[in-house]
Amino acid sequence: MSRLFVARNPRVAARCLDGEMMIMSGRDSTLFTLNRTATILWQAADGTTPLDEIVQSKICPAFDVEPAEALHDAENVARELASHEILQISEEPIPPATALAGESR
Amino acid sequence: MSGLLQEMTEKALALNIPLSVQLDLTYRCNERCVHCYLDHDDHGEMTTEEIKHLLDEMASAGVFILTLSGGEIFVRKDFFEILEYARQRTFCVKLKTNAILIREAEAARIRDLGVESIQISIYSHRPEVHDAITLVRGSLERSLDAIRFLKSQGLRVVIANVLMIQNVQDYTGVRALAEELGVESTLDPTITPMMDGNRSVLSLSVDQSALQQVFRDTGLVGNVDEFCAVAAPADENALSSLPCSASHTTCYVSPYGDVFPCVQFPLPTGNVRKQRFLDIWRHSDQMNEVRSIRIKDLTTCTQCSHVSNCSRCPGLAFMEGNMRGPSTQDCEKSFARTGVPSANMLSKRRAAANLVQIRALPALASASA
Repeated sequence: MSRLFVARNPRVAARCLDGEMMIMSGRDSTLFTLNRTATILWQAADGTTPLDEIVQSKICPAFDVEPAEALHDAENVARELASHEILQISEEPIPPATALAGESR
Repeated sequence: MSGLLQEMTEKALALNIPLSVQLDLTYRCNERCVHCYLDHDDHGEMTTEEIKHLLDEMASAGVFILTLSGGEIFVRKDFFEILEYARQRTFCVKLKTNAILIREAEAARIRDLGVESIQISIYSHRPEVHDAITLVRGSLERSLDAIRFLKSQGLRVVIANVLMIQNVQDYTGVRALAEELGVESTLDPTITPMMDGNRSVLSLSVDQSALQQVFRDTGLVGNVDEFCAVAAPADENALSSLPCSASHTTCYVSPYGDVFPCVQFPLPTGNVRKQRFLDIWRHSDQMNEVRSIRIKDLTTCTQCSHVSNCSRCPGLAFMEGNMRGPSTQDCEKSFARTGVPSANMLSKRRAAANLVQIRALPALASASA
């Protein structure tokens, strides 16, 4: 099975407010908030760590959930965020954007 | 405000987080607008490194919406370096500019950096009026060119028009121009006093009849009857509410690092060159004083029929001498909107009547009899 890589879209604006990420789409200024699981996923989405590793190292310990189930949910969340251009997903590592490779707080 | 943004704002309020900050990068400007409240000389602007350090502090403090303004932001040679740094810190960046230094290349760079919106000052659709306000010949043409460049990059542009004596006839023309360009537009009839307290620019403010005309324009206000209705008497909830977001979820930082509750509220609360931004936000006595004020604490206004839906600006009230007092400019707006004088206006009328009361002198009266 191929691995999925996820990267934050550098065109969005984002800030973590009390553990929940607030994100403004760069496409149409729509505002989104992510729940705590999606926030962890977003913060770890560096383009080089595969999604299964993010789930294993960040999500499972935080939520005491089975890895297979967590990975399935995480893939759904990642695809949903990608449909809003908040996250980029690829089966290959995603190189950082040259202009906007910043970290999100 | 969208429902979600409202929700986030309430959350930020509860957590005492400065969700939105306006940072003026410079007071220098390449226009000389007749109504401007700024001193355009450079009295020691923050350096690039100081601004980057401030942006780090603001990101850590939870600031999400960052408005970069001035003066004219593009006169800073390091503007794009600052903008890029701000976007790397994932701020939602809005720009306020006259745009006359924005050409194709700058517009493309702004797009690449993911700016949320660009607000551009346009005072008239007629060059002879706009340029007479900016005191720069050809400025309207250059600003409009910039709007087209920005639009061609798919960016969100908002035309901001300040209504004053010089352009009072032109706001419908500006609105039509905005529609033609495919951009949003706003109209503000408030002239702000100079930051040093000089109020002479207020002489440019439009009169009551012009305000009445604006407030009855369905294209601007929607349902006129609703907009111009006198508010229901304030209930306990309204009296316990906040006067505005200044010091609660928003603040302003000058090019010299001074922090104020709002760009229109020149009460110094600290300086980021000497203190951490978050310490000023959380612990400044002045910030906390502004934060403590509720509608029910306002002198005069609590007795006013407009109190529950007045546009009263605490900063303008402060510039009149009392941050808990009325803002006469907003009293005039409420009067123009509803036809009902504010408590402040009635109080001034009574005071004026006492001052100029004329009575026939007994000696003269008897002499003429």
